[in-house]
Amino acid sequence: MPPLLEVRALHTEFRTGAGLVRAVDGISYTVEHGETVAIVGESGSGKSVGALSILRLIPDPPGRITGGEILFDGKDLRGLSEAEMREIRGRDIGMVFQEPMTSLNPVLTIARQITETLEQHQGADRETAERRALELLEMVGIADPKRRLKQYPHQLSGGMRQRVMIAVALACNPKLIIADEPTTALDVTIQAQILELMKSLTRKLGVAQIIITHNLGVVARYASRVNVMYAGRIVEAGSAEAIYHNPRHPYTMALLKSVPRLDQPRRARLDPVDGQPPDLTRLDGGCSFRPRCRFAVEQCAKARPPLAAVAEPGHLSACFRSAELSDIRDVAA
Amino acid sequence: MNVPLPESATERPLLEVRGLAMHFPVSEGIVLTRKIGDVKAVDGVDFDIKRGETLGLVGESGCGKTTTGRCILRLERPTAGEILFDGQDVNRMERRDLVVLRRRMQVIFQDPYSSLNPRMKVGDIISEPIKVHGVEPDARRRRDKVRDLLSVCGLDPKFADRYPHEMSGGQRQRVGIARALALDPEFIVCDEAVSALDVSIQAQVVNLLEDLRERFGLTYLFIAHDLSVVRHLCQRVAVMYLGRIVEMADSDELFDNPLHPYTQALLSAVPIPDPRVEAGREFRPTPGEVPSPINPPSGCVFHPRCPMAVEGCRQARPVLRELRPRHWVACSEVN
Repeated sequence: MPPLLEVRALHTEFRTGAGLVRAVDGISYTVEHGETVAIVGESGSGKSVGALSILRLIPDPPGRITGGEILFDGKDLRGLSEAEMREIRGRDIGMVFQEPMTSLNPVLTIARQITETLEQHQGADRETAERRALELLEMVGIADPKRRLKQYPHQLSGGMRQRVMIAVALACNPKLIIADEPTTALDVTIQAQILELMKSLTRKLGVAQIIITHNLGVVARYASRVNVMYAGRIVEAGSAEAIYHNPRHPYTMALLKSVPRLDQPRRARLDPVDGQPPDLTRLDGGCSFRPRCRFAVEQCAKARPPLAAVAEPGHLSACFRSAELSDIRDVAA
Repeated sequence: MNVPLPESATERPLLEVRGLAMHFPVSEGIVLTRKIGDVKAVDGVDFDIKRGETLGLVGESGCGKTTTGRCILRLERPTAGEILFDGQDVNRMERRDLVVLRRRMQVIFQDPYSSLNPRMKVGDIISEPIKVHGVEPDARRRRDKVRDLLSVCGLDPKFADRYPHEMSGGQRQRVGIARALALDPEFIVCDEAVSALDVSIQAQVVNLLEDLRERFGLTYLFIAHDLSVVRHLCQRVAVMYLGRIVEMADSDELFDNPLHPYTQALLSAVPIPDPRVEAGREFRPTPGEVPSPINPPSGCVFHPRCPMAVEGCRQARPVLRELRPRHWVACSEVN
């Protein structure tokens, strides 16, 4: 079976006052049916823009998708008309964003937020839609759903609003859910509830998921495959096991080392990634991690390392020295 | 400059908080307003911080950790309780004492974007407290001091001529730290000081805070929701829930042997960045949400969500008891 989603050499640019920003600079990856893929990176790495590009939700101007293919379920989404695209969004691909207060409409009742999607995409009549809305709220674990349906977003807590977002995303039985930092605004016990809910529902319903996050713990708990992004590119991709236990890109290695861990006693000092995040208006033809990289050599300034296979199948790294890195790491440890 | 003092059991703590309560009135109506209740943001909190120590104050939003910090800084006047800084009650201080207090006690805020004046150059931002307090009237020497502070905080002294918008989030947070250090304080409240930073930059700033503590003998109250950072940075940790401290212990003891059911729930909710560890963890999220602080549950405030709750938990409010040496827990069901 072909993958559910195949992104090929996607490029998205923004024209800004400071110059042209290549926010997404040629990323390629796939998502299989029913699988959870994480896209992890820091601010400005292009992880959100990459996901919004799939849905063609990039404001133009200043942004523009300038190249690549987005094959979803056999169709190239870039070739669709705006009306066809609207059909895909919310029906085949559900979305969960970071801030449920801004992504729900403040003047619509909870019932209407859900029934609108159902009427729009499935031509459901009001009564059917309302019955389904009640079912959905029960499914996402909202207590007293009958009362909640009549309320407005501001009457709900952050955790409940995110549950409503998930209900809306799942309303039309999508094949894929794109969740952009779905729990970043939530407290840790509520974050755990929401992530567990998304995991159990997507498993039960066989929905594939793209989780975009900066939280390496969330990735470790929930994703089977991981794409690590830096300065608009995927620098490493592989199974969660490979990324965490056999990282082959200096950025991934540095990132994993820099986070303090709750399950480990105090170390003397943290081992941060040196230097500052990249200025996307000033990238050159070399590897963009080079100025912060401990392993940089002359070659890194001359060309961009392509994303190429390392040891095991499915494990890719964009580093000229990826083959040596496992030895170097052992020496360093 | 302050020299770190040797630790001794008899030494008086730098900061003593006793029975601190901060209730904000809630009113109803526009013309005829009437009070309908109180938000009990902080409701009876006690702790000490020794010189040179870092105490972590953790909890979820609305637990009162930031309000506690603001009361200590006297940005709020608490409803009840005492805050003794070096033996003096912060709340009873007159203007003259307060001026001195502000020099000894500083704050680093969360958001490096909104806590720096966008119209001021970095050098002016850092030298403003020095000027206001009349510590260094000579403009040239003030400039030298600013350059020193910038380089102590890991920034190029040339940044003094830049504006905040020309800098990254991590660099701005370093400016905020330099400003806090400008008056050679003894005690700094760090309110979510690294929470807004990216992972790779966060570690740099955490290391900087540790270096500064050692170099200048600083004492920190480190308010944060990120438990991993707290474990790394703090010697002792207090966990707050709905305005109260539910558990307090030395850092490794608290994270290795959490005794309060809320602390246990909090720790198990944090995912560990290691898929092998995660695969082996048994995990059931704690049900429910934090109740409203306007009308908190009776007895133990955690009882509606607590897996161990018994009838007695609804009636009596548990007090902090020292169940193990230096390990305090407010739960009547653990022993």
